[in-house]
Amino acid sequence: MLLRADHLSCGYDGHAVLRDLTFEVAEGGYTCIVGENGAGKSTLVKTLLGLLPPIAGTVKAGESLRRREIGYLPQQSPAQRDFPATVREVVLSGTLNMRGWRPFYNRSERLRAARAMRRLGLADAARRSYRELSGGMQQRVLLARALCATNKLLVLDEPTAGLDPHATAEMYKIVGRINREDGVTVLMVSHDVCCAVSEATHVLHLGHHARFCGTVADYRASEPGKSFLAAAGVIHDEEYHLCDCEQCRTDGGRRDG
Amino acid sequence: MADALAQIGECLSFPFVRYALLVGVLVALCSALLGVTLVLRRFSLLGDGLSHTAFGALAVATVLRIATPLPFVLVATAAAAVALLAFGRGRVRGDAATAAVSVGALSIGYLLMNVFGATSNVSGDACSALFGSTSIMTLSMFDVWMCVGLSTAVIAACAFFHDRIFAITFDEDFARASGLSAGTGNFILAVATALVVVLAMYLVGALLVSALIVFPAIAAMRLFGGYRAVVLASATTAVAGTAGGMLAAMAFDTPVGPTVAAANLLLYLIACAVGRLR
Repeated sequence: MLLRADHLSCGYDGHAVLRDLTFEVAEGGYTCIVGENGAGKSTLVKTLLGLLPPIAGTVKAGESLRRREIGYLPQQSPAQRDFPATVREVVLSGTLNMRGWRPFYNRSERLRAARAMRRLGLADAARRSYRELSGGMQQRVLLARALCATNKLLVLDEPTAGLDPHATAEMYKIVGRINREDGVTVLMVSHDVCCAVSEATHVLHLGHHARFCGTVADYRASEPGKSFLAAAGVIHDEEYHLCDCEQCRTDGGRRDG
Repeated sequence: MADALAQIGECLSFPFVRYALLVGVLVALCSALLGVTLVLRRFSLLGDGLSHTAFGALAVATVLRIATPLPFVLVATAAAAVALLAFGRGRVRGDAATAAVSVGALSIGYLLMNVFGATSNVSGDACSALFGSTSIMTLSMFDVWMCVGLSTAVIAACAFFHDRIFAITFDEDFARASGLSAGTGNFILAVATALVVVLAMYLVGALLVSALIVFPAIAAMRLFGGYRAVVLASATTAVAGTAGGMLAAMAFDTPVGPTVAAANLLLYLIACAVGRLR
């Protein structure tokens, strides 16, 4: 167990959008948080990260996770898209939580940033300006930064928002690879339930009426899962599934692995 | 031209003019360093709001007949800055709060000056506080040393916390989630901004402080795409614009504040042109 929420209620200014939620993030897993708009997905993530105080209940970090070892990929703000910074500057800033009060980056932090950039295919873009990159590349830069901040837990808030289908597919592929190959636990908010059930190991479904927390196989069989997947138009069996999301229309619903 | 140079030479022979030049350049350097993060965080008008607060505090100090108003004004402005920047997440949104504090302090300040006027020339005093006049030329040695000390502290803090300021400016949520304390950073930024704004008020006057905060930063952003490059270019622009503006004011006998602001505007326009050409 990396993170555990106990009877958690969260929201803004004392108004709860999400009430009495109890769930765990299993170590090594890939958990997708899905649900309708306004169900409190992003609010939950911010509360888990300590950016918002919980209205009631508690968030506990497991033994192996210290607070500062979380790599977060927030939704981008418009101000960020045209920020004057080089890719290297952004990625390096992910190692700040390891640096303490030293006023400069040392060799191991520079190596860590270089490795993260290589991992995400950004090695050649290190000197380029963040504001000149495409949306997909900007997301990869932010993911590289998040990887610099953690070896344990990545928290991604709608990492594919605003990306074209190709960049979306690539983003999911990279996140899946980081989860399987590097053993980094992933907690991801997604509006895209079709990709959630094909990539993730666990699902946390937040609905206004129903809630589900468990493995993907159980989710498909569950009542909230069935109705939500049906509403999204997802047809699904062992090796083939199809819904009306952008990506499935592009690649016909076939998935590798 | 020879006349203008001769006049600059004559002005520079006075020690108080040299002090004014030193203070002016240091203050401009500080405001440019802080300006980059303020502009990028959409706090461009914070400087404006704070300088009006400083004007109000100065009026109160005058009415109370405080002999050295600088420390009093600094404390009042720093308090406003902390309230606006560090805790500005209450019911009144950031820009509305800034506007409210700004006009509030401005009106109360001018009202106090009028009602309890310490001098006979109220509108002249107000005008010089708002647009700067010769007050930079009449700094006491205490003021000069205080300005030099505070500017050095701000510059050192900007260098020491460069990467942290960048991280919080670029993405405050990420910085907080990965364990950096953004609260401390915001507090330091608020206090530093207040210091610089008060000092800048002596240089260009309360209404023109934003010129020193905004122009160098947006000029640098036109030309460079990296954060460190933007910070360095902003500092260079501010030093050039302010030194040039002060020398021009001596040469052509124009008011210091607007001349310095106009010089910084000119550099911004040049940066736009150069950026377009590349």
